[in-house]
Amino acid sequence: MLFQLFSAFFRIGLFTFGGGYSMLPMLEAEVVKKHAWATTDELLDYFALGQCMPGLIAANVAVLIGYRQKKLKGAFFSMLGVVLPSLIIITLIAAALKNFAHLPLVQHAFRGIRAAVAALIFGAFIKLFKANVLSALKPAQGKIEKGIKSHLQLFLPPVLCLCAFILITFSPISPVYIVLGAALLGMFFLRGCEI
Amino acid sequence: MSDILLLCWEFLKIGLFAIGGGMATIPFLAKVAQSHPEWYTLEMLADMVAVSESTPGPIGVNMATYAGFLVGGVLGAVLATLALVLPSFILASLVASGLSRYKENSHVLSAFNGIRPAVTGLIAAAFYAVFKIAVFPDGALNLLSLALFFLVLLVSMLKKAQKLHVALYIALAALMGIALKL
Repeated sequence: MLFQLFSAFFRIGLFTFGGGYSMLPMLEAEVVKKHAWATTDELLDYFALGQCMPGLIAANVAVLIGYRQKKLKGAFFSMLGVVLPSLIIITLIAAALKNFAHLPLVQHAFRGIRAAVAALIFGAFIKLFKANVLSALKPAQGKIEKGIKSHLQLFLPPVLCLCAFILITFSPISPVYIVLGAALLGMFFLRGCEI
Repeated sequence: MSDILLLCWEFLKIGLFAIGGGMATIPFLAKVAQSHPEWYTLEMLADMVAVSESTPGPIGVNMATYAGFLVGGVLGAVLATLALVLPSFILASLVASGLSRYKENSHVLSAFNGIRPAVTGLIAAAFYAVFKIAVFPDGALNLLSLALFFLVLLVSMLKKAQKLHVALYIALAALMGIALKL
């Protein structure tokens, strides 16, 4: 059983490109269809839970499912399985790149790649901005009957976003404190509002 | 050795506070690059993102392995990765054991209402840092890099391009970099 958990999550780690939602089809194939460790609904619950916990989503989901099967041992082997493909593949690539990094051809290639990476991160930012900040500016959405949001609830999310950007870019403060501060502000001032 | 211990401590913090998936680790890793330039540079961080996006495995784990390797070889890679997932192991085990009805906890929900917009701002800062080193490679504006940035951005925003794999953009950008001698 422990080996099954390990090998299932090893395959999930190996065939996941990019993390996040791209994990779901592979998770479903292994956890629901092949081993019946959870139903599809339970898996989606674990996934949603893994997203709104500290830590990486992939590791959180592996630990949640592994623990339900075989307690701490199951959690450990599932987690080990999901990180091992990355460990092996990335170590090999990083070691190889180290040997070729000085070649002009590789340097030109990476300068091109960096422009693409900047665009990809910008794309990720836009997606998050729409989901976490713009949606907060909309007055209470129809599906939840919680009355009208206060001005604070409307404007705190964009202010938090802007402050996080400014503090990280122009001060040496660690992002750790920004996340902690935002969590505290959320607890006090964003109670019961759905972003 | 003290470097490796410091590295583990940094990744423990990232594992605990980088909430919201692999991309959320980038602002933390960028801060590490700025405070420990002898470990890796922002340029190398951008390369890490490219490799992590276009190889198998969750992005966050890939980034940790890569950064750990740069700092301390294979041992660094293993320890950084384990340090990164240790908070998940402890917290997710506690949640799975049912010690806390975590998700129904209203304090947790409202805390996340604050964390999500802040993480969005952190990602914006990570973008700004990577944009600067990508488009101002030698301290001066490189128009070809800027054009390539906008090209990738426009193509990735096309509806028809949504299903293309990230690795494809990276490979094409590498070829453009070689062709344009960036």
